[in-house]
Amino acid sequence: MHPAYSVIFFTTASGAGYGLLAMLGTFAAFGLVPPDPWFGAVAFALALGAIAFGLVSSTFHLGHPERAWRAYSQWRTSWLSREGVAATLTFVPAGLFAFGWMFVGENGGIWGALGLVVAAAAAATVYCTAMIYAALKTIRAWNHGIVTRLYLALAVLTGSLWYNALAWLFGHVSPFAPLVVIIALSYGFWLKRRYWMYIDGTHAASTVATATGLAGLGPVRLLDAPNTQENFVQEEMGYRIARAHATKLRRYAFFLLFAIPAALVLIGMEASLWLGLPCAVLAALSASFGVVIERWLFFAEAKHVVTLYYGADAA
Amino acid sequence: MTALPPPGGRKLGLVIDLDTCVGCHACAVNCKEWNTGGHAAPLPDHDPYGAGATGVWFNRVHTFEAGEGAAARTVHFPRSCLHCETPDCVRVCPTGASYKRAEDGIVLVNEDLCIGCKLCSWACPYGAREYDHDAGVMKKCTLCIDRIYNENLEEIDRVPACVATCPASARHFGDLGDPDSAVSRLVAARGGVALMPELGYAPVNRYLPPRPRRDTPGCTGAPAALPEAASGGGRFLRWIDAMLSR
Ligand code: SF4
Ligand code: SF4
Repeated sequence: MHPAYSVIFFTTASGAGYGLLAMLGTFAAFGLVPPDPWFGAVAFALALGAIAFGLVSSTFHLGHPERAWRAYSQWRTSWLSREGVAATLTFVPAGLFAFGWMFVGENGGIWGALGLVVAAAAAATVYCTAMIYAALKTIRAWNHGIVTRLYLALAVLTGSLWYNALAWLFGHVSPFAPLVVIIALSYGFWLKRRYWMYIDGTHAASTVATATGLAGLGPVRLLDAPNTQENFVQEEMGYRIARAHATKLRRYAFFLLFAIPAALVLIGMEASLWLGLPCAVLAALSASFGVVIERWLFFAEAKHVVTLYYGADAA
Repeated sequence: MTALPPPGGRKLGLVIDLDTCVGCHACAVNCKEWNTGGHAAPLPDHDPYGAGATGVWFNRVHTFEAGEGAAARTVHFPRSCLHCETPDCVRVCPTGASYKRAEDGIVLVNEDLCIGCKLCSWACPYGAREYDHDAGVMKKCTLCIDRIYNENLEEIDRVPACVATCPASARHFGDLGDPDSAVSRLVAARGGVALMPELGYAPVNRYLPPRPRRDTPGCTGAPAALPEAASGGGRFLRWIDAMLSR
């Protein structure tokens, strides 16, 4: 699949934003962070800003952004529609929760319960985003249960890393934030490894023989394309990435998204401010780059069955 | 509405005979010609006379080779929307622009609702949807709804443009939901197949596989070879023959 930057930035930025919101909500509910208005202001600005940036960037690839509101209508069948509804609804409890934190000076009790609602709504939104891809039967690399868990794990990982960095900045360091990071990181790494093994190893159900119905004649191969220039379908769905290139990018994703943040967060746990703060910020930055590479690969390595009509043997 | 209509009823679609298709691309060209003035008009072209010509087409003819060695054969393969019974292209649409008609099963896009998110084209296994970059909306085969019900046309012309124009009669149009229709009987007689049935989209269109290859000619009543030319003729004729063949 063609890796479109608007979608890559949308899913990674909003994922980190929802992860950070969920961290704020749960940590407040469990009394792990005081309602410091400045911490709240910066954290909510970052979370809601990333989400809004992601939503806006996702409308860039629309042919008619001014009609985007119509996408709320088909939530009964469409995960894209459900995502729009969930993303919008999440702003309501998130706005209230942020208001309570910053202006009422409360984030426990009833406000803490609201924080849990925010976390649940954020998780639901990320789940809908992942299902847009996971529900497509046309792309074997996406149509798998790992995909939703991976999106959720990486949202928590990037969100908790940002939370950890802000906690250092405002002096609210708690051992629980690195704990969440390490759990999300280990789970995310395990999922990603399984994901790569899955897309490398399983047999494709669809082949050029099933796509043409010509299996009875023997092996089938494309002789002539229908057009001389690439058409829309080839541009959108025909993206191919070289094996060597993908291997290299997988390695970058592994280091930036998992290895470097793990090392930095562990170092930061026992460190003073002057070491802990830069470690936490660098860990968050590293993972943010890493997740963009991971998402780029998620698209670039995904093979659409329509490629069977344009020369692929199996998909 | 992206909810699919209940199954049953009419299923209008195409039956494409891969045995007789000669790969002339006439169906694709007539489709483009009709539809650039029809329901989904226009079908844009970019750089149409240049080296990088691209554009929206609802029907494209691929050419495959099947089999090996001397038994290998060329199969021309026209590909367009299969008007699937359970198509995800419709279910994924967030706006309700994509829909499947209950009365005849035709899958259409309402261009006034489409936001151009392109998700439907990702959900189609058959590459049937092409995005119109100029209008910012998705376009696809309409099974020529503006021909098949068009009372201004002679009855014989009320078939999709691709069917009307095929010089080899390789394309057939009809109701595949009716087991007694001409197209259903043709599919039954020739063992018509659905494409990528494993994905569960239940395409309506059927493809008739090429007939088995014949290596011996059928009997037409004519002798298998011309009789040997007489080699007699006397010295004079042989002399002339020798002179002329110098
Ligand atoms: S062929 Fe593609 S566009 Fe046509 S109905 Fe089936 S899934 Fe939808
Ligand atoms: S491109 Fe248009 S028709 Fe296709 S899914 Fe998006 S809104 Fe629906």
